[in-house]
Amino acid sequence: MKITDFFDKNTFVLSSEIEPPKGTDIEKFINTAESLKNKVHFFNVTDQQGAVMHAGSLTGCTILKNKNMEPIFQLACRDRNRIALQSDLLSAAISGLENVLIITGDHPHLGDHPDARAVFDLDSVQLLQAASKLMEGTDMAGNNLNKAPSFCLGAAVNPGADNLDLELIKVEKKVRAGAKFFQTQAVFDPERFNDFMDRMKEFNTPVMAGIVILKSSKMARFMNEKIAGINVPEEIIKRMEKTEDKKNESVEIAASIIRNIRSRCQGIHFMPLGWDNLVPHILEKAGLTI
Amino acid sequence: MIIGERKPLKEIMEMVAECDNVIVAGCGTCVAVCLAGGEKQVRVIASALRLARKLRGKPIKVTEITVERQCEKEFIEEIKTLIPNHDAIISLACGIGVQTLTQHYPHTITYPGLNTTFMGAPAQHGVWMETCRSCGDCILDLTGGLCPIARCSKSLLNGPCGGSKNEKCEVNQDIDCVWQLIYKRLKQLNKLHLMREIMPARARGEKDNGFPRKIIREDAML
Ligand code: SF4
Ligand code: SF4
Repeated sequence: MKITDFFDKNTFVLSSEIEPPKGTDIEKFINTAESLKNKVHFFNVTDQQGAVMHAGSLTGCTILKNKNMEPIFQLACRDRNRIALQSDLLSAAISGLENVLIITGDHPHLGDHPDARAVFDLDSVQLLQAASKLMEGTDMAGNNLNKAPSFCLGAAVNPGADNLDLELIKVEKKVRAGAKFFQTQAVFDPERFNDFMDRMKEFNTPVMAGIVILKSSKMARFMNEKIAGINVPEEIIKRMEKTEDKKNESVEIAASIIRNIRSRCQGIHFMPLGWDNLVPHILEKAGLTI
Repeated sequence: MIIGERKPLKEIMEMVAECDNVIVAGCGTCVAVCLAGGEKQVRVIASALRLARKLRGKPIKVTEITVERQCEKEFIEEIKTLIPNHDAIISLACGIGVQTLTQHYPHTITYPGLNTTFMGAPAQHGVWMETCRSCGDCILDLTGGLCPIARCSKSLLNGPCGGSKNEKCEVNQDIDCVWQLIYKRLKQLNKLHLMREIMPARARGEKDNGFPRKIIREDAML
């Protein structure tokens, strides 16, 4: 099922990120997904997130698909040239995957194989274009496909980017290149997010707000310092600092952010970073069911 | 110009461990300017070698010479008569100099004394920056004169990745995110429309695809 079908029906769409295993044991991966089945609509299966080597997104997606869960195939430009990227898109289509999130990918230098060669043959805009072209029946070189894939393409956006004008130029290009929905970097500041959404209006493309589950005040400070576009307000950091029950506080914080922004966006995208079991609590607190 | 960095003495010592007399050959052009391979560095390396080998009880004879440009046959002709009396050459030129010596003096081994690092310019005294990757199809006209191929860590062509923070690159806070610079520059030039254009995937073809490139100018051939 394409994610756009949900947006078209005005469904408030929920998705959660899930990471394929580092190794060949997929039990935890499956259990995590099962625990969120019927609680979120979609699972974003990550593609070597943070440039840390894992099993592939394609396989992860296929497993979920076979278990009647709807995956979003994440595809990063970092590790593959245009031949491999297009090939993976065709493979995804053959496996019945319909939703693809196209991202640049973190630099290998930040991951667990810092000496790996970075590819970046295409950037995210160019990969969106290439995927769009596949859907029209030809590859990037103009060769015909024996059957064209059909995807719903998505892209990432950072509402907290230092330079929002520049970020929006890129959004515009992504829309022109075929992006049909956006998922955002973590939102902590509803006001800032609202301003961002005002500016996103012109693109008329659904936006799913990213929610990162905070684990500690330390993590919040780390993200503020190191991660682009994340600005956890001091007040939230204090709350995490003071609390006796971090998990509970984290649930409260996430739920209140969601309540504040839900009327402004078309969905929520969770990035639980291991605390997947909190997602149902957050949904419950925020009053979101599917 | 071509920027190089001297290899650690230890590495050079290992290369010539079996030699009794060597030439340390400098190059007077790019690598001299970036203080890696000119006359002065030849002196430094030569005396360090002599001293280190003396301390090890295996003295070495070192001849010092610097030519104007090691990458051209005409200039390396100057050392022709020196070669036969030596076991090896340590070239303090870029890799092109090392290979030009190798090609013209195939009977003597030439060792690289430098790590040839990149093409760039001095940013300030003692700081050099990579600014071009010789991609074979320059797009500086579209990017306000700042190169995203050499200066963006991901060589992105359509704007910054999500990792740019405080105008710095996600890879390292010492690296300016060139896309932030390009944006500012194009804005200053009133040419932001250039950034709105989708830059197509690079046609690398024969220009930049890992195989050795060659330029033939018949008008310049003898
Ligand atoms: S685009 Fe960049 S790498 Fe290519 S020739 Fe121009 S400056 Fe050099
Ligand atoms: S932060 Fe800027 S320079 Fe670094 S990889 Fe991203 S776009 Fe390129």
